[in-house]
Amino acid sequence: MAQVVLVFLWSGLTAYVLFGGADFGAGFWDLLAGGARTGARQRARIEHSIGPVWEANHVWLIFALVVMWTAFPTAFAAVMATLAIPLTAAAFGIILRGSAFVFRKSVSEISLQQIFGAAFALSSVLTPFFLGTVVGAVASGRVPERLGAGDVLHSWVNPSSLLGGVLAVGVCSYLAAVYLCADSRRAGEDDLAEGFRRRALLMGVLVGLVALGGIAVLHGDAPRLFGRLTGPALPLIFASGALGLASLALLAVRRYVAVRVTAALAVVAVLWGWAVGQYPLLLGTHLSIDAAAAPEPVLRPLVAVLAGGTVLLLPSLALLYGIFQSDSTEDARV
Amino acid sequence: MSTLLAAGGSNLTAARYQMALSLGWHIVVACLGVGFPIVILVAEGLGLRRGDRVHRALARRWSKAAAVLFAVGAVSGTILSFEMGILWPGLMGRYGSVFGLPFALEGFAFFIEAIFMGIYLYGWDRLTPFRHLLTGVPVIVAGVSSAFFVVCANAWMNDPAGFRVVDGNVVDPDPIAAMFNPATPVQAGHMILAAIMVTGYLVAAVHAVGMLRGNRGPVQRSAFLIPFALAAIFTPAQIVVGDAAARYVAERQPVKLAAMEAQLHTEVGPGEHVGGVVVDGQLRGAVVIPHGLSLLISGRPDTRVDGLDSVPADRRPPVNVVHLAFDLMVGIGTALLVLGAWLGLSWGRRRDLPRSRWFLRAAVLAGPAAVAALEAGWVTTEVGRQPWIVYEVLRTADAVNTAPGLAVGLVVLIVVYAVLTFATVSVLRRLGPIAGGT
Repeated sequence: MAQVVLVFLWSGLTAYVLFGGADFGAGFWDLLAGGARTGARQRARIEHSIGPVWEANHVWLIFALVVMWTAFPTAFAAVMATLAIPLTAAAFGIILRGSAFVFRKSVSEISLQQIFGAAFALSSVLTPFFLGTVVGAVASGRVPERLGAGDVLHSWVNPSSLLGGVLAVGVCSYLAAVYLCADSRRAGEDDLAEGFRRRALLMGVLVGLVALGGIAVLHGDAPRLFGRLTGPALPLIFASGALGLASLALLAVRRYVAVRVTAALAVVAVLWGWAVGQYPLLLGTHLSIDAAAAPEPVLRPLVAVLAGGTVLLLPSLALLYGIFQSDSTEDARV
Repeated sequence: MSTLLAAGGSNLTAARYQMALSLGWHIVVACLGVGFPIVILVAEGLGLRRGDRVHRALARRWSKAAAVLFAVGAVSGTILSFEMGILWPGLMGRYGSVFGLPFALEGFAFFIEAIFMGIYLYGWDRLTPFRHLLTGVPVIVAGVSSAFFVVCANAWMNDPAGFRVVDGNVVDPDPIAAMFNPATPVQAGHMILAAIMVTGYLVAAVHAVGMLRGNRGPVQRSAFLIPFALAAIFTPAQIVVGDAAARYVAERQPVKLAAMEAQLHTEVGPGEHVGGVVVDGQLRGAVVIPHGLSLLISGRPDTRVDGLDSVPADRRPPVNVVHLAFDLMVGIGTALLVLGAWLGLSWGRRRDLPRSRWFLRAAVLAGPAAVAALEAGWVTTEVGRQPWIVYEVLRTADAVNTAPGLAVGLVVLIVVYAVLTFATVSVLRRLGPIAGGT
């Protein structure tokens, strides 16, 4: 039963990276869009694309948190207690990103838009970075199970965490650039699509290089994870590499819808590669998934809720994306 | 090691203030998130039924404010799920699985709310008017449900059920029993009604200001009347539910009741203490209604009521905070009932608002007053539960994170929330007054 919950948890986390992550990545490009006048159209495109969906996408994070604390309470408590600093930073980033985004949309003065825009864009970069350091800390086994035993600083200030943070920012901005290509073209803004295509190509190459270099980092810093990634998880890692290359090729020939699928699958392969890399441990070097899981009487109703909730959730999400991905009208104004 | 221990002590204070500030902030926008869609949909529905554009325009106008409030509500709520772990790992590690189920349900409710909120807010020109109205319905259902679920979890902290502690270990978890603990019905009912009242009085207050400034056109009138009437209709129900909640507390959390009523000593047929402050173990300045408390609890003048002295000093909540917060809430609730009755009388006689400007002035005050009552009620139940984080099972001091530096987080949080408050209010003000006398 714990394995079933874990699949739900990991699927939720994957959805958060693919959708919520891309919303953060859009903020990264907002940051680099240039001055108020030159970047105006790009920012409008980004706002238009993520406006109706970012809150729903954001809920995946809350979903992952509550499932984790219900099904794996001791692991949840250990992660949150030890990694309080980067998680607090990420939490502030989340506040800043969401509120600044909606504030910018609601005011008409350019100067205010610039202030809120800067806050939105900066927090869009910092939040995935800190969440990435948390991933690095957990994946490299730096969170001990016992409360109060973790090193609150070095657990997340280390090569693996730094790699996690940089990769997170890179993956988010890469996905965003890829998604924005098709959005721009559908809206008839081919010049913007070209711009996002260049950015996607550049970021795709950069992320690939960081990931390759990251293998060396993990070799030195997280030998167990390295061994698993180059062992049982290797097919997934290769798949990710192949999908990444295919994505670059599809971008080169401007197949913007197809590249959404391959780029997303490449990221999925890495995330599930990480899962395989850590299996069967949840934390540290010894806390196994089964030992960390809540007892059956807790997991059974939880799985029922997860299954029932999914039945309700998926058609709703399909409706949301269906409405806002179906046409090119520019009237999506609140 | 000694510095670590010292930091642990201040951690408790820092963590409690951090939780109080972020939850106290979120609870206001969360209430608006539950109540505002109801107010907006009533206006949109009226517009659709009467075929007038005025109400539809009003609903659309309000939905801009709702978009801002929903976003800050979403992010300020997310922080709380972080803080549950960052600040209280001792609670989550030990009991996360026991009371986690309502949070998982709340997660799905929040999904539905966010999805349909996105469709509703951005769908004004993409959907037919009727379909647009329909997309608002799941927002309301999900909003009310998520309030219910999250209060289930809080109710469990007040009246923990669905597990046993054997040799220090939590065994036999029963998440369903935990979720539907005895405190759930009264607490959830009280909270959902509070959400509707806070929204109604707050939105009405904004438009009462406009009316006092001379804008008395039909739009402004509807913009005032719809939310105010909604809140006023639910106010008597809230007083009934609140009374049931107090009697529940008397039965299940007698120490909290003693703090609420400043009942220092166990007594037969005690009076009701209105106001007053406990100084040096004596209640001073209170108005005492003879046998009032006894009558309120049981309907008889001679019921025995436990005082704070029924438990040792280290198991008592801070009495003054809880007592004054409770009285403030009850006082404001009563005043709001009177204000609603004033409108009701006037409406019954001549289908119009009271002519007196004092009515509108009072309605302006009712907005912040309703928020104050909300906060006071929340302080009553949460501070009244102290020193326990899980009533009589786990002490707050034993749940807090021992990692150093929580005080730093508190300082940053105060700054962030000050900026956030200022920005939210200025952005909402910039949305501007509603169209003149059309």
